[in-house]
Amino acid sequence: MENEAGALSRVAGLFSARGYNIESLTVAPTEDATLSRMTIVTRGSDDVIEQITKQLNKLIDVVKVVDLSEAGHIERELMLVKVRAEGDSREEMKRMSDIFRGRIVDVTDKTYTIELTGAGYKLDAFLEALDKDAILETVRTGASGIGRGDRMLKI
Amino acid sequence: MELTGAEIVVRCLAEEGTEFVFGYPGGAVLNIYDEVFKQNKFKHVLVRHEQAAVHAADGYARATGRTGVALVTSGPGATNAVTGIATAYMDSIPLVVISGQVPTAAIGMDAFQEVDMVGITRPCVKHNFLVKDVRDLAETIKKAFYLASTGRPGPVVVDIPKDVTQHKTEFTYPKKVTMRSYNPVIKGHPGQIKRAVQMILEAKRPMFYTGGGVVLSNAAEELTQLTRQLGFPITSTLMGLGGYPASDPLFTGMLGMHGTYEANMAMQHCDVLIAIGARFDDRVIGNPEHFFQEGRRIIHIDIDPTSIAKRVKVDVPIVGNVKDVLAEMNKLIQASKEKRDQAALKTWWTQIELWRSQDCMKYDRDSSLIKPQYVIEKLHQVTRGDAYVTSDVGQHQMWAAQYYKFDQPRRWINSGGLGTMGFGMPAAMGVQFAHPEAMVACVTGEGSIQMNIQELSTCKQFNLPLKIILLNNRYLGMVRQWQEFFYGNRYAESYMDALPDFSKLAESYGHVGMKIEKPEDVEGALKEAFDMKDRLVFMNFITDQKENVFPMIPAGKGLSEMILV
Ligand SMILES: Cc1cc2nc3c(=O)[nH]c(=O)nc-3n(C[C@H](O)[C@H](O)[C@H](O)COP(=O)(O)OP(=O)(O)OC[C@H]3O[C@@H](n4cnc5c(N)ncnc54)[C@H](O)[C@@H]3O)c2cc1C
Ligand SMILES: Cc1ncc(C[n+]2csc(CCOP(=O)(O)OP(=O)(O)O)c2C)c(N)n1
Ligand SMILES: [Mg+2]
Repeated sequence: MENEAGALSRVAGLFSARGYNIESLTVAPTEDATLSRMTIVTRGSDDVIEQITKQLNKLIDVVKVVDLSEAGHIERELMLVKVRAEGDSREEMKRMSDIFRGRIVDVTDKTYTIELTGAGYKLDAFLEALDKDAILETVRTGASGIGRGDRMLKI
Repeated sequence: MELTGAEIVVRCLAEEGTEFVFGYPGGAVLNIYDEVFKQNKFKHVLVRHEQAAVHAADGYARATGRTGVALVTSGPGATNAVTGIATAYMDSIPLVVISGQVPTAAIGMDAFQEVDMVGITRPCVKHNFLVKDVRDLAETIKKAFYLASTGRPGPVVVDIPKDVTQHKTEFTYPKKVTMRSYNPVIKGHPGQIKRAVQMILEAKRPMFYTGGGVVLSNAAEELTQLTRQLGFPITSTLMGLGGYPASDPLFTGMLGMHGTYEANMAMQHCDVLIAIGARFDDRVIGNPEHFFQEGRRIIHIDIDPTSIAKRVKVDVPIVGNVKDVLAEMNKLIQASKEKRDQAALKTWWTQIELWRSQDCMKYDRDSSLIKPQYVIEKLHQVTRGDAYVTSDVGQHQMWAAQYYKFDQPRRWINSGGLGTMGFGMPAAMGVQFAHPEAMVACVTGEGSIQMNIQELSTCKQFNLPLKIILLNNRYLGMVRQWQEFFYGNRYAESYMDALPDFSKLAESYGHVGMKIEKPEDVEGALKEAFDMKDRLVFMNFITDQKENVFPMIPAGKGLSEMILV
């Protein structure tokens, strides 16, 4: 979409006004500074997804809409998790992080902050695998997506 | 030469061929008003409330097809305009609304008369702009007019901070704009049009269902040609009335909640439904599940893809401008050698005539009380069907739609989508400015007219000879009707008490007032009023208080579940 002030609020407003569900939304400028690219994760029947696609296209600031889930695509989300890492559990945490290919990016004597990237379900699985009480804080970016192979969203 | 932002606004409006600006001044737009004062390219109409400014611009747009323009100040001026903007949005009316804003440096400071106009209007505009740099001003106004009037039309707001109206820049008005993110489709897909024509030629029980899109795209001629060459039955939504002549026998009347028995039954039982610039509104098809009919195929022509397959599934979607698509269809049908099933069409018409013989629009013509339907029939007769008729919202609106047989497009002007009480009189002002010589009648209720009654003053100032047809039932009649049918006759807050003496009220504004209490006086009074060509006449018809609008489909029910008289 056009990299204009207010473009984001038009999209967010559309979803709330029409009662569409919005699971996550990420947005940032692209290599062409006049454009920004947004990835929205939403759920709905085929009819609802069709309406959402049309309604997004109708927004004047939106240049192009692609439903990535229609074909092969890659989806990545970044999560930072601060966990309790004391005594016996300290080593255990390190191992869990390794298994999920996480990186420990900040350390104190009581905590680790782990960075994890992957599809949303992988991040969910990591959180599932941890002891609930060990999780002190999480922050997730929401998914960004891109088509596989030659599939390109380009203006 | 460098011009100030305010000078640029006025120059841009002139470049767009603006004839009238409906507005109301205030602090944030004083610079603009100063330039309005100095120019003579367009006329500024001072209304008495900003809502009326937008409705008047809207009435002008509906009557002419051109873009209406309103100008309001920041804060309360802007919020007063919102109802008018939402009204235009719901009915797809092209407007450019210019609002003043506090100076850029004061934005976000809770400054005096600051509201986030772009935020407030976002859900009810086609698009909106906040202009922060005077160098963007001319191009933004060009874009606003372009967006408002092309594709599916709609209102566009341009919010201009006061300092931007003072800053100077070189002025050039772009001849043309293109926007990579906005490319409305005009011509329909040829393959889809062919498929549709094939389906039309094979139909046994066809039905045309037409709407506001026919009027908006000025396609009455193409539609009339198409319908007549096929001899198909046709119905219209409230918004499409006049798109096909109502006095023609192929026309089955309006459909929907208060539509005719024959139109609704034919809509339900046809085998090929051709929807043209109509959006399957809930007031039209009722419950979509009930509306679904096994074996019926639907062709849907609309310029806005979101209107298609929104409430009902369709078999042949055609995205495009009604006028272009119908012209193409007419060509294909004329050239086609295909033999149509005339016998089936004849049987279908026999069925429709049977439904028609129910005479669902009958009413008591012998009553000693004035029947509202009778007033509208007489209005039609006295004006020879040649008036522009605006309306407010309620029972009177439905009677006007049902009994004034509109034979031409852009003659019937009402708020359908938002249903805004208070729309009628200001809209009529806009119409009268557009057509100074025409007969303009505003059909209203005693509830609705009081929502913008102050505009009688504007009418006086500009000598607008409107004819106000007040169907005074002393009730918020449409509300009372629902209470009678669905709430056990408990008329909660729907009685209109303490009404003014409307004749005196009109007279005090310098107009002519009339009170009509007997059926035998109706016709004479109307003639007298329309003979006063240069005066506004406020006609207070004391009508039967308990009259109801029939037929009626209760909310949530299906098209064939009508309540008849
Ligand atoms: C009290 C009350 C009672 C009502 N009862 C009824 C009733 O009984 N029956 C009824 O019909 N309505 C009724 N309405 C009105 C109803 O609410 C809707 O406003 C109306 O039915 C919508 O009409 P439409 O489908 O023609 O759509 P519109 O709102 O007129 O929309 C026009 C459609 O055409 C499309 N379009 C626009 N321009 C073009 C173009 N150039 N080319 C192609 N397509 C185009 C648009 O995208 C849109 O989909 C009532 C309203 C009120 C207030
Ligand atoms: C601004 C606004 N408020 C409330 C309503 C709800 N409403 C719809 S019709 C109606 C009654 C209108 O009464 P009146 O103008 O007297 O017309 P009547 O139905 O009696 O002909 C009301 C209150 C509305 N449509 N618009
Ligand atoms: Mg009333």
